[in-house]
Amino acid sequence: MTSAEGTSGPAILSANRISKSFGEIPVLFSVDFDIRPGEVHAIIGENGAGKSTLIKILSGIEQPTSGSISYDGKTVVLPPNGEAEAMGIVLIHQEMNLAEHLTVADSIFLGREIKKYGFLDLAEMRRRSAAVMETLHVHVDPDARINTLPVADKQMVEIAKAISRDARVLIMDEPTAVLSVGETETLFEQIRRLTARGVAVIFISHKLDEIMELADRVTVLRDGQLIATVGTEALTPDSIAQMMVGRELSNLYPPKHEPDIDAPVVLSVRNLSAPGVSDISFDLRRGEILGFAGLIGSGRTAVAEAIVGLLPKSAGQVEVNGKPANFTDVAKSVDAGLAYMTKDRKGRGLLLNVGLQPNLTLLTLKKHLKNGFLDGKSEEQALDRAVRRFDIRARDASVRVGQLSGGNQQKLMLGKTMESEPDIIIMDEPTRGIDVGTKQQIYHIIAALAAEGKSIIVISSEMQEVIGLSHRVLVMRNGRLAGRLEGAEISEAEIMRYAAGIKQDGDDERISA
Amino acid sequence: MSVSAHEAAKPAKGFRLDLKTAGPLLALILLVILGYSLNPAFLNEGNITNILTRSAFIGIIAVGATFVITAGGIDLSVGSMAAFIAGVMIIIMNSAVDAMGASIWTVLLGIGSSLILGIGAGFINGFLTTKGKIEAFIVTLGTMGIYRSLVTYFADGGTLSLNNAAREIYRPVYYDSFLRIPYPVWVFIFVAILGWVLMNRTAFGRYCMAIGSNENVARYSAIKVDRVKTATYILQGLCVSLATIIYVPRLGSASSATGVLWELEAIAAVIIGGTMLKGGFGRIGGTVIGALILTSIGNILNLTEIISNYLNGAVQGVIIVAAVYLQRGSLRTRRKKAD
Repeated sequence: MTSAEGTSGPAILSANRISKSFGEIPVLFSVDFDIRPGEVHAIIGENGAGKSTLIKILSGIEQPTSGSISYDGKTVVLPPNGEAEAMGIVLIHQEMNLAEHLTVADSIFLGREIKKYGFLDLAEMRRRSAAVMETLHVHVDPDARINTLPVADKQMVEIAKAISRDARVLIMDEPTAVLSVGETETLFEQIRRLTARGVAVIFISHKLDEIMELADRVTVLRDGQLIATVGTEALTPDSIAQMMVGRELSNLYPPKHEPDIDAPVVLSVRNLSAPGVSDISFDLRRGEILGFAGLIGSGRTAVAEAIVGLLPKSAGQVEVNGKPANFTDVAKSVDAGLAYMTKDRKGRGLLLNVGLQPNLTLLTLKKHLKNGFLDGKSEEQALDRAVRRFDIRARDASVRVGQLSGGNQQKLMLGKTMESEPDIIIMDEPTRGIDVGTKQQIYHIIAALAAEGKSIIVISSEMQEVIGLSHRVLVMRNGRLAGRLEGAEISEAEIMRYAAGIKQDGDDERISA
Repeated sequence: MSVSAHEAAKPAKGFRLDLKTAGPLLALILLVILGYSLNPAFLNEGNITNILTRSAFIGIIAVGATFVITAGGIDLSVGSMAAFIAGVMIIIMNSAVDAMGASIWTVLLGIGSSLILGIGAGFINGFLTTKGKIEAFIVTLGTMGIYRSLVTYFADGGTLSLNNAAREIYRPVYYDSFLRIPYPVWVFIFVAILGWVLMNRTAFGRYCMAIGSNENVARYSAIKVDRVKTATYILQGLCVSLATIIYVPRLGSASSATGVLWELEAIAAVIIGGTMLKGGFGRIGGTVIGALILTSIGNILNLTEIISNYLNGAVQGVIIVAAVYLQRGSLRTRRKKAD
């Protein structure tokens, strides 16, 4: 096969004319892919484009329906169930596969423990774990339990595990989806160190700027087809996005309608304190989109959860439409027209093992009662409406939600939230881990809702998103409001200054302005 | 993705699902055929009535257990609870007879106290599990021991017997029939239908499934998780109370041996019926069939001499493990397909 332009040298791992079908449904069509030692090769595409299937085939978890895999120039059949790790091909899943109660050292040596006289040699494993961490310049205690580590450190443990296994090809499925800006930077340093040692890195990401920064080559998939494999230097974020969706993405963000400064305040928060946050005060006006920016862990989610009653408040007052609204129970918040959409769609938002309909109506099941009994027809109609309104694409209605793509899950969760017909919606990371095309759809929905007179708070770690959508932006840092930005002040640099603590907001008078 | 491919895949999927729901029913039919071929007396009206009546106790309790398990809980205390309720019922009825003689009111008093005790005992289990934040397994293991030892204490290590006069009045509840179907079977049918409606046609049933499937999602969906979970234990207590009400007139007594291992039989009936032990998916119809399967096994062993009746527990054990294995198997193939 012809190798694409870019770095030279023979490929270490390549896929030749790979096709894959699940049952009768084809998901990959004759895709070519290769990676060379020391190279970072990004795979991008919308949800459902076949990225995950491709990396599963490259790591042996799935077998291709047709086509072949070459490793070190030899055609091979990769062993299933992650046994390809022994050959040096390691896949790091999006949801990390670490046993939560083991220690870091236990995890790194899981399945190939070092033994002495038949017993575990804990000291040696600890020493070697520390050594691997040292080479990565990571400071994680080998004795720490996995469940005590932040996500970023868990990822480092996964990487350490891969390195200690002499990985030659490291495949990462959206490694940065759950990382903050700083953590992402650390991860990228690690990846650069690995490639310098000759490790080949394949990674999936939805973040185009990251791909531009890190990747040597980019492979774009769309609807299971290979669209192009191109050297990064020949690309711009726009051209990648265009290849992904196959259409112009001129207006990712809809135009902002002019906020009405005289619109009534619908949500007013004063001196709110809760676990992890203190002294938060702000107002939200009718028809306004208020962005909440800040680093991961800065307390934005806690603010939202305290307002709707998912977290206990320790101090402060909340008013909805001028009436006290100190909710201790989410149901009351929903009844008052204030809905919160969680960022954790798999763990808190949706029941993955049931179908679309029970998920859609779970928040508002009372609306579908007739004489005290569930009215299946009314639920079906609600699903039909939501599918049309939010363009939810599922094979059929009986498909379980866990099998939907992230974008469709997100749209379903949005539908579920909107079923309660809220006037105020707090959306936590509304586009995390979903493709550009769906993001654009969600942005337009958010803007349309605001234009209808709904008031929306958007919590997001993607600064572009906060900037592109919001009329005003609040920046949080360490559980406090660090800055408030309006109009022309809203810029990436300014948000970053507040988020990183370079700049502090002292003048609180502007809240009530 | 092409539409035609999906449509082609659809009927096959529906058929698979049907096969899965019909699994326990198929097993019961096979068991009936086996029972009849071993001894034609198996299908005598008298024997069928016998099986149904005996299934009623476990079946009624198992309907309650279906809710508890679907909502992600477990109740190990039901057998001891039944013995305890039976014991207290008998004590109350006997003292009522002493105070004002035996009448229909004696029995109604007994039934009333049974209902209150069942609901109360269920509430305690639910309260300790939700507000006390203690694992259901531990809570109900504790209450199981407490009820069992209380009934032993009340009976002073022996047997509590119902006053003969009261027993005469109470007797028809177990032994009489309506439309040739014994009253216990009517209660079973009634409880099963009510349970099915509650599970499949009300918000409560949906909430149970949601909580058992993912408690966090339920909480974020404005479901009052603690309240619903407590309600499942109360429902379980109510079912135990109903089962006890029809059980007491059968022997007219209670002892430390009453209701031993009923908790395991009830859980077994639920699991054989296709409800998942880890919660999130409950089937009342399956539970009813599960109870019938368990009783039929004992009955067939009684009617034939091939396997000793003493091995009843062993055969039931094999059936339980096999049922769960088959469910797991069908899940695995489906997951593979999903990937």
